[in-house]
Amino acid sequence: MKKKTIPLAITFLTGVIIVVTFFIPHPPFGRLQEDALVWYSVIFGFTMLLGVDSLVRFHATKLRRREKGSWFSTIFFLGLLLSFVTGLISELRFGDAFKVQSSFMYFYNYVLIPLQSTMFALLAFFIASASYRAFRARNLEATLLLITAVIVMLGRVPAGYMLWHKLPPITSWILNVLQLGPMRGIMIGIALGTVAMSLRLILGIERTYLS
Amino acid sequence: MMVLLLLSMSFEAMDTPNDGGQSITIIGRDIPTDVKKILVFRRTEKDTVYKQVGFFSLLSMKYTDNDSIKDGEKYFYRLGVVFPESTFYYNITKPAVSTAQWFNRTRAAVLMYLILFSALVLLFIQLAKRNPEGLFIRKIPALDAIDEAIGRSTELGKPTFFVHGLMGITDAGTLAAITLLRRVAKKIAEYDTPLLVTNFDPIVMTASQETVKQAYTEAGRPDAYNEKNIIYLTYEQFGYTAGVDGLMAREKPGAIFLQGYFFAESLILAETGHAVGAIQIAGTTATVQLPFFVAACDYVLIGEELLAASSYIGREPVMLGSVKGSDWGKAVLIFIIGAYVTLGTIAGILMSTGRHTLMHIFEKLVSVF
Repeated sequence: MKKKTIPLAITFLTGVIIVVTFFIPHPPFGRLQEDALVWYSVIFGFTMLLGVDSLVRFHATKLRRREKGSWFSTIFFLGLLLSFVTGLISELRFGDAFKVQSSFMYFYNYVLIPLQSTMFALLAFFIASASYRAFRARNLEATLLLITAVIVMLGRVPAGYMLWHKLPPITSWILNVLQLGPMRGIMIGIALGTVAMSLRLILGIERTYLS
Repeated sequence: MMVLLLLSMSFEAMDTPNDGGQSITIIGRDIPTDVKKILVFRRTEKDTVYKQVGFFSLLSMKYTDNDSIKDGEKYFYRLGVVFPESTFYYNITKPAVSTAQWFNRTRAAVLMYLILFSALVLLFIQLAKRNPEGLFIRKIPALDAIDEAIGRSTELGKPTFFVHGLMGITDAGTLAAITLLRRVAKKIAEYDTPLLVTNFDPIVMTASQETVKQAYTEAGRPDAYNEKNIIYLTYEQFGYTAGVDGLMAREKPGAIFLQGYFFAESLILAETGHAVGAIQIAGTTATVQLPFFVAACDYVLIGEELLAASSYIGREPVMLGSVKGSDWGKAVLIFIIGAYVTLGTIAGILMSTGRHTLMHIFEKLVSVF
């Protein structure tokens, strides 16, 4: 019983205090939310160790069992070791591992960032494949989507203006009226749903997040 | 002419309204258009000379001084108005005193609506307790498809993936995803099929591990729970994307749940899931990413559907009552928006015929609420 009562009481108190601080700017209330975020950051720092532990154990198991594709786990351990060693050397040499001339930042800037950019660049190909499937005119709704998409795509490029000078204003109308209205409706729904969910959490009605 | 312009120009220093103190705002009026910049100088009662503290904004026509201001102390301001040829100094004779306010009046409307909304939710929870049969919640296909997706994955002998979004535990969408994970994990424990949960945030990972463990225990299969299957990947957006995509490509899951708040990686994940032939159920509160999920996934929980998922699945009257109350709150908001739009339109039409009274009322209402 206590196992759930104490977390529920903490949730209730924290929730109520955070709601109150939104309306009361006077100290000490005004700064409570910022202070709570600092505590969250401290907790986050400790849980990061748990995260690394989880990742190491996951890959160690793969290597131990010699599972298919376990060489990816070898790469993971090499990457982890490289980050740790370069971070340590940079810290000892420059007093700060994040100095631009440090080996740690060299690997970050010239290995990690290009790899991330490559992943991001893949998005262009995925947009093409997803668009192909979404815009196939299988029924009336899909056909309307296809027509709208063609208008919007043409209206956003100079060639569209050259084809018909009214395409850009029609595109703007589609984006600002047809698209924005439902989008705002969804956003209002999310905001109210968030308030309702917060109420359920604060009042202890929603308990599924507690084990 | 220049003298007239200078005489009409005025500045006022006052306590910044609706704040926690330690701040003074200077507002300017009728500032000539040829002013190049305005320097702000300050002194306290004890000081004899002014010290420059910043530049007045000619765009917002105000300056907020937060530089070492103490509540309750008197501050005197002087402004150096720089013209192309000369500089004119303006002394604000009345001193300003900073104080902290106990209520932010700009948020009065939010408070009123919050009270109304909370009252509606609590009312419907009470009604649901009295008459559990009288509640109707429309069908949500994505939630009804959970069993189908896990069943298909089991039949194919493939694992099920649960991919968390990129926000932390403080995000409502992440909390909703964790509640959904419990349902998914319980079903998976019953079907005895492998589950892999990937996490971007280590706190979410810890919460997910506890949730899955509890779900396996509830299903009577605590022995089948494996903590190593709820993994943290990385705190880098595209590193996480690459990690999840790699796992999808190697493990070839039969069902994928993409739940939480996603950014640009949404389509990369969903398209990879589609490429490996998995049945995909996505759910997000990120409105910008919804079209990508709709295009690439089999089922999508759109915005508030994700937030209502735990109530819908649990089918507990109290939880369903809160969803009903939230729907009524939305209806009230739609009515208020409709009333304002109608009133504003009528006021605009009347104003064009020279009658301004209704527009004044409308503007007053808008400024208050």
